[in-house]
Amino acid sequence: MSLENAIAKPTSCGPDRRRLARRKRVDVLFARAGFLVTLTVLSVLLALIGQLAVEGAGRLSWQFLTSFPSRFAAQAGILSAWIGTLLVMLLTALVAVPLGLGAAVYLEEYAPKNRLTTLIDINIANLAGVPSIVYGLMALALFVYEFRLGQSFLTAGLTLALLVLPMIIIAAREAIRAVPPHIREAAYALGATKWQTVQDHVLPCSMGGIMTGLILALSRAVGETAPLITVGALSFIAFLPHPPWQSDFPFISFQWMFDPFTVMPIQMFNWVSRPQEEFHVNAAAAGLVLLFMTLAMNALAIAVRARFRKRIRW
Amino acid sequence: MDAETAKPEVLKHAQEFRVPPVLTRKLKEKAVEWLLMMTALASVAVTIGIVGVLSYESFLFFQQVSLIDFLTDREWTPLFSEPHYGILPLVSGTVVTTAVALVVAIPAGSVVAIYLSEYASRALREAVKPALELLSAVPTVVYGYFALLFVTPALQRIWPDLPGFNMLSAGFVIGIMIVPYVSSVSEDAMRAVPLALREGAYALGATRMQTALRVVFPSALSGIAAAYVLGVSRAIGETMVVAIAAGMQPTLTWNPLEPAATMTAYIVQVSLGDLPHGSIGYRTIFATGLTLLLMTFIFNLAGHVLRKRYRQAY
Repeated sequence: MSLENAIAKPTSCGPDRRRLARRKRVDVLFARAGFLVTLTVLSVLLALIGQLAVEGAGRLSWQFLTSFPSRFAAQAGILSAWIGTLLVMLLTALVAVPLGLGAAVYLEEYAPKNRLTTLIDINIANLAGVPSIVYGLMALALFVYEFRLGQSFLTAGLTLALLVLPMIIIAAREAIRAVPPHIREAAYALGATKWQTVQDHVLPCSMGGIMTGLILALSRAVGETAPLITVGALSFIAFLPHPPWQSDFPFISFQWMFDPFTVMPIQMFNWVSRPQEEFHVNAAAAGLVLLFMTLAMNALAIAVRARFRKRIRW
Repeated sequence: MDAETAKPEVLKHAQEFRVPPVLTRKLKEKAVEWLLMMTALASVAVTIGIVGVLSYESFLFFQQVSLIDFLTDREWTPLFSEPHYGILPLVSGTVVTTAVALVVAIPAGSVVAIYLSEYASRALREAVKPALELLSAVPTVVYGYFALLFVTPALQRIWPDLPGFNMLSAGFVIGIMIVPYVSSVSEDAMRAVPLALREGAYALGATRMQTALRVVFPSALSGIAAAYVLGVSRAIGETMVVAIAAGMQPTLTWNPLEPAATMTAYIVQVSLGDLPHGSIGYRTIFATGLTLLLMTFIFNLAGHVLRKRYRQAY
């Protein structure tokens, strides 16, 4: 059959048209199915929030936020848990932010291309894939027993700091890499040293991405439960840690770092794993607060990202 | 000598004691670089800590328990008076929950990825992606609550005999949890497929679905495989959902409708009690942790190899 004939005699036109129409219908169906699956996955998030809200919203009250855990579900609250979460996050940020930023700056701006750098590179990628509970095991053996820090705020903060360190490094590196080289070249041309360039130009320019990464990493740390159970978080803490101040010189006290700790997810886990219904209500209420904390941090990260994306024009 | 003393007193001292500015600058630069390198090496220290601790404690464990028993015994009862140390029941729990999770996450994640990459408008994609990110931001303990008190009761309407703790609901929820992970990595891979390939398919009269399934998907396959493999590693390491919803009884079973403990759930269970430091029971969690780490490491490695390959393809 020659080409001429095929064009001249479109004999199979009818069936072809029908086939084409069918293919287009299948295509539309597939598109709808894709949309539906996406919606279904997202609706799980709604179901989850809905379930927590229906069960727990009634339990949320000032009393719930300002009471210690109790044997009686109706009197129990999350005071020690949310204060614990705030303090642990403070320690985590204090350790993880300088370490993570330093490592990211080193790897992006300073590191020579040699074996050591490659090793650090691979190492960070692998660390990011280590299950969180394994960090807990390491912390249990090293921080709790070897360094004798006990089952304290300090141990918890250090554990979570190491856990989120790879996340921070990866996010900060990406942000630093996004700064175009001509910013650095302009600084060098004016006689700035490497560190001056980094400190005055590269870091401020990449601050949006870095902040986003930091907030996301901390929000992950807020929700982390498993490694803290492993290092020995207590779920029944009916007292507050020592205050970070004292009446005599030097007025600040670090005693609180060595107090036993609990955090929001631990408190929630404890209530979920009890058989009584009433405690499940408490768990739902604690879950709402926890979810609010993490989702608020994520929203903040998205806002920061959007804001900096708009402002920066290279 | 005379020339020296002839100089004004002040100037002489100034010249004697002023370190040349170039030198201080160089010193400072070196110090900063050294400090930054230390922070980068901290991540290596974390790895050494993890591997070192797990190896050391496991080494002590295997001095008391033979490796053969560990790998072949069909019972895991380390805390009983007649202890058995066979890891198989814990591995079976992990394998079953992971398998259920993948049955949910791989089809759903792939369809979402195809939809977002090939069909969705830019505006829809910009709206859906942050929402999916939120799904992975929900703390795992909240997912555990959801699995135990929402998904399990819902499944019990279909299977009335379903026990309150079961691997099906835990696996299902883990699956939903890793959908965003699978979909975002696969979507990246599909968007990396050059537009020319799609245009070629359209020019031949293919519909969007045919293009997506027969051209884009196969071209991005190694990246998509990487997404799956990294999802597997996540599911294996997931702790709180299984600890809450799948039960804590180590049972050698392949039936997802039954309760069983995973490796991670066992570590949580032991950590909740207080085993004396240095006892054989204490060491079991490190042996379990090492097994867990090895399993996830294999999958992470495979994932990175696959991901590298698709990045080099075009």
